[in-house]
Amino acid sequence: MLKITELHASIENTEILRGVNLELKAGEVHAIMGPNGSGKSTLASVLIGRDGYDVSGSVQYEGQDLLALSPEERAAAGVFLAFQHPVEIPGVGNMYFMRTALNSLRRARGLEELDAVDFLSLAQESMKLVEMDQTFMSRSVNEGFSGGEKKRNEILQMAILEPKLAILDETDSGLDIDALRVVASGVNALRSEGRAMLVITHHQRLLDYIVPDYVHVMAAGQIVHSGGKDLALELEANGYAGLTPRSESTAQVGATV
Amino acid sequence: MSAPTTTTGISDEVRELANQEYQYGFTTDLETEVAPRGLSEDIIRLISSKKNEPDWLLDWRLKAYRHWITLTPPTWQHVTYGPVDYQDIIYYADPRPKKQVSSMDEVDPELRAMFDKLGISLGEQERLSGVAVDAIVDSVSVATTFTKKLAEVGVIFCSFSEAVQNHPDLVRRYLGSVVPHNDNFFACLNSAVFTDGSFCYIPKGVRCPMELSTYFRINAADTGQFERTLIIAEEGAYVSYLEGCTAPVRDKNQLHAAVVELVALDDAQIKYSTVQNWYPGDADGNGGVYNFVTKRGMASGRNSKISWTQVETGSAITWKYPGVVLKGDNSVGEFYSVALTARRQQADTGSKMVHIGKNTTSTIISKAISAGHGENTYRGLVDIRHSAVGARNFTQCDSLLIGKDSGAHTLPYIDVKNQTGQVEHEASTSKIGEEQLLYCRQRGIDEEEAVSMIVNGFCREVFKMLPMEFAVEAQKLLTVSLEGSVG
Amino acid sequence: MTAVRVPVRSAGGALADLTPKRNGRDLGWLADARLDALEWVGKHGFPSRKDEDWKYTALDGILAVPFEAAAAGAGPRVTADLINAAAIDLGGPRLVFVNGHFAAEFSRLAGLPTGAVVTTLASVLDASPDQLKPFFEHTPGEHHAFAAFNDVLAEDGAYIHLTQDTIVAQPIQLVFFSDTEGVPLMSSPRSVIVADAGSRATIIETYAGIENDIYFTNVVTEVVLAENAQIDHYKVQDEQTTAFHLALLDVRQARNSRFTSRSVMLGARVARHEIRVLLDGVEAEVSLDGIYLPRGEQVHDNTIFVDHLATNCTSHQLYKGVLDGHGHGVFNGHIMVRHGADGTDANQKNKNLLLSDRAQVDTRPRLEIYTDDVKCTHGAAIGQMDDEALLYLRTRGIPLDAARGLLVYAFVQEMVDRIELEPLRAQLEALVAGRFAQGDSPVSA
Repeated sequence: MLKITELHASIENTEILRGVNLELKAGEVHAIMGPNGSGKSTLASVLIGRDGYDVSGSVQYEGQDLLALSPEERAAAGVFLAFQHPVEIPGVGNMYFMRTALNSLRRARGLEELDAVDFLSLAQESMKLVEMDQTFMSRSVNEGFSGGEKKRNEILQMAILEPKLAILDETDSGLDIDALRVVASGVNALRSEGRAMLVITHHQRLLDYIVPDYVHVMAAGQIVHSGGKDLALELEANGYAGLTPRSESTAQVGATV
Repeated sequence: MSAPTTTTGISDEVRELANQEYQYGFTTDLETEVAPRGLSEDIIRLISSKKNEPDWLLDWRLKAYRHWITLTPPTWQHVTYGPVDYQDIIYYADPRPKKQVSSMDEVDPELRAMFDKLGISLGEQERLSGVAVDAIVDSVSVATTFTKKLAEVGVIFCSFSEAVQNHPDLVRRYLGSVVPHNDNFFACLNSAVFTDGSFCYIPKGVRCPMELSTYFRINAADTGQFERTLIIAEEGAYVSYLEGCTAPVRDKNQLHAAVVELVALDDAQIKYSTVQNWYPGDADGNGGVYNFVTKRGMASGRNSKISWTQVETGSAITWKYPGVVLKGDNSVGEFYSVALTARRQQADTGSKMVHIGKNTTSTIISKAISAGHGENTYRGLVDIRHSAVGARNFTQCDSLLIGKDSGAHTLPYIDVKNQTGQVEHEASTSKIGEEQLLYCRQRGIDEEEAVSMIVNGFCREVFKMLPMEFAVEAQKLLTVSLEGSVG
Repeated sequence: MTAVRVPVRSAGGALADLTPKRNGRDLGWLADARLDALEWVGKHGFPSRKDEDWKYTALDGILAVPFEAAAAGAGPRVTADLINAAAIDLGGPRLVFVNGHFAAEFSRLAGLPTGAVVTTLASVLDASPDQLKPFFEHTPGEHHAFAAFNDVLAEDGAYIHLTQDTIVAQPIQLVFFSDTEGVPLMSSPRSVIVADAGSRATIIETYAGIENDIYFTNVVTEVVLAENAQIDHYKVQDEQTTAFHLALLDVRQARNSRFTSRSVMLGARVARHEIRVLLDGVEAEVSLDGIYLPRGEQVHDNTIFVDHLATNCTSHQLYKGVLDGHGHGVFNGHIMVRHGADGTDANQKNKNLLLSDRAQVDTRPRLEIYTDDVKCTHGAAIGQMDDEALLYLRTRGIPLDAARGLLVYAFVQEMVDRIELEPLRAQLEALVAGRFAQGDSPVSA
């Protein structure tokens, strides 16, 4: 589904991604772990088309060149990002926002648009999944939401928009154990044969709840280590310091956790 | 050429010219529907006599005119435009449109496209373009129905001209009581030449049973350039008044200098809402309406309340500062505004809150959006006089910029002369949020729609003050006005 | 050069016959520049309340008094003690001016590193006037009539030049003292501060005089910062309440330079402190703070213009006023962001506390923005003392007057705390606290 080859990205002449290689197949859940500043969130940003990066390398998604698409075209193609810091959009109702988003995707896919009533009944199912009540829908997008509410709102959108490739960027950050459980069970419910997930996290904790098929370790802009789900536990025990980056130039950076 | 500058009257040349035109223009030819161009005492006499006005009103007009010719147009506002030739304007035209298009096919296609986008029905389109006479008749009959219903509770709602004929005492008592004939250049001009407008009187203790709107009353698109509106709410009365074009009315006239006066007595409330969408001119700044309006409310009674809500998306140049004089103790003044300037539009708008009475409170919420080459200025005055013990004001002005060539300016004036006064002013100016745009786009919403959504969200605080249908209209207008501003 | 009668639009005309005392000693270009300035003033006159920028500041007083230009030579009553009382001696370089003229006997120029020139404007005018060309040869009346008038009359002031990477550790004190018994005098101090790339210094201007003297100080201070230079500027204006004080602090900043200004406005009958900052190089930073405490019949006007010309510059303003008696405070802060000045981060804040029934404040925070990539905010607040807090203090046994003083002090303390120079902060703390403790207003309780 997704094949990333020698992906480089820099911002204002500082190289952040230094040749990332990664392949995801439908139905797989991959976790990317790594210390702060290793480039995990940049990878997510580049995949969804955030402005401001100089990007080289290739990203093939479902046979198309993902990097050539605009953010909304990527969304229409089924790429979804649960943001690490979901932005507040004052005055824009959450439900209105989601319906507009869903209808945009449906339009792009040649499906009929949903009216408010149909949308609401669809949304209601998904809301149960993340234990959100109706009042969230009438509030402005993310405005005044607690950290946990914001993250649940992201998962809710994921459930409604039904992406093929879901990227979860530090979805566990700032969550207490209860919120984490809700978010994780929401994510787990959305695991499916046709859907790939890329779970970016700093802590092993999340992976107790969302058990990945593969774990990758990122350091200094590269994936320096890949393995099964046990790798996460290994990291928990030994830290990132024990891992050897591929090249010498990244060694120092990789070592400073 | 601007106003003649001799103090005793107009220049001889102009007088001669005026007399000449007068001679050929209307004394001998009563069939003529349009007065000759230019302004003179004779023109004012003509307007007054055509309208069969009492002497006191003619005298008032003349007084205003004689003052006006001593004035020069204001230059302090943050807008630039070519000089207006006040002698090249027709100050009186018969209300009946001279020429009507006979079918929708003759209507400007761009205008039709705009109507379509706004979702205005064909019938409505016809009415607004003045196509079908019977449609106009229809709306007149609608108005008549309303008038009857209103009369049952004692509400007077009629054209200003009718009010002069039927309720001269009320008009005489309140005309100019809030905006005096010599208030400012444009109000002064309006006082001299206003041709019509609305009059509304809510008697003591009456809550007006419906929203009053010019939409139903004015039966032609050719509304005068110099409207005058007067609304009086007696003790304990309440009225909500909606003004303006709910659709983009193309106006060939360049200058609109309207005056609105509101008077609220003890415990009375007036809510005045405007959605203004006059022709903004083209992308290069050609054409468009100069909207120079004086709007003021006098909260003269105890516990009275006057609330202005405006959504300004049209006009090439907007110059207006709806204000409230908070004279009565505990009176309340509010101003909620959305002003959007795109293309080459310029707006210099805001509010004036003058606190005189005790424990008076005022709120100003202003949302300005500048796109393209649009320039938007918030200019507001909060004046807490020495007598205004316990006065409070809260002001918030937010500006949103879309595009490198746009401009946003915030110029509040806050004068406080009472130690118990509390004033808080906050303002922010920023670019439309890139993170917000990305977030929307990541969810599949295209850029233009995302911009529209974010901007509408930005304005929501003001929109929610509008009556429901107006709010929907306003949102659509905003979206239409922003088109082409992105990318 | 002959005297030109200056038309004064509002009233009087007393400043009319002033001519520079340096007649004949100036080089051709300087004499011409002064004449241009005088002609400009002659043509345009002084501002009046009809001028938007002078709307709230009554100049009638200044224009009505027949001021004479002060001559050199220290006033008879000035003593080292008086000077020290006005400006606590910080031990570093210190230039004292009496009636605008350098007074060597009170000054000290020791302890300067090589690379720092600290001298008087008069000496530069005599020895090498050409280096002052850029400061005198500008469009006549570029700012306003009083600044132009300083062009005409300026004879002395401080001249500070920091060469590249020079760091002056000790603060440089400039003390302007007036002694004008009997004859109302006008002084026109002109100071020039040039900070070359990477240099750094702290400069303190103090203004004071002798009780009951009537005088007018018309100041222009110009600061030019090259790349990476930093100047921290303090101003303590504690003129007599019989005096008038108008000042222009004109600052130009190059790339990545940093300028801070902290102003404490205590004295004068009518005072105006105008700051103009031109952010002409990328990533320059400016921070302007001030307090003003008018009481009695005092007028304190703070006029600020920050002009963002370059990208990614930052500007901050925070001004706080406490207004008592018939005191009148003005905050007129203007931020301009020019087309193309992307990445601008600008804010301004003005807060006021009204203590008396007759005090007045006019505040005009202004934003004028011509590009979209900006983050600008401004805010203004006017209020009164928090009754709850007052009650709280009183229930703890603090008498009403003291409680009031405490709360007012708390309001301005934030500003005083920003003064990094310990001895100066102590002095100002004492000045400000003393002011509220003595309770000018028996407040209309």
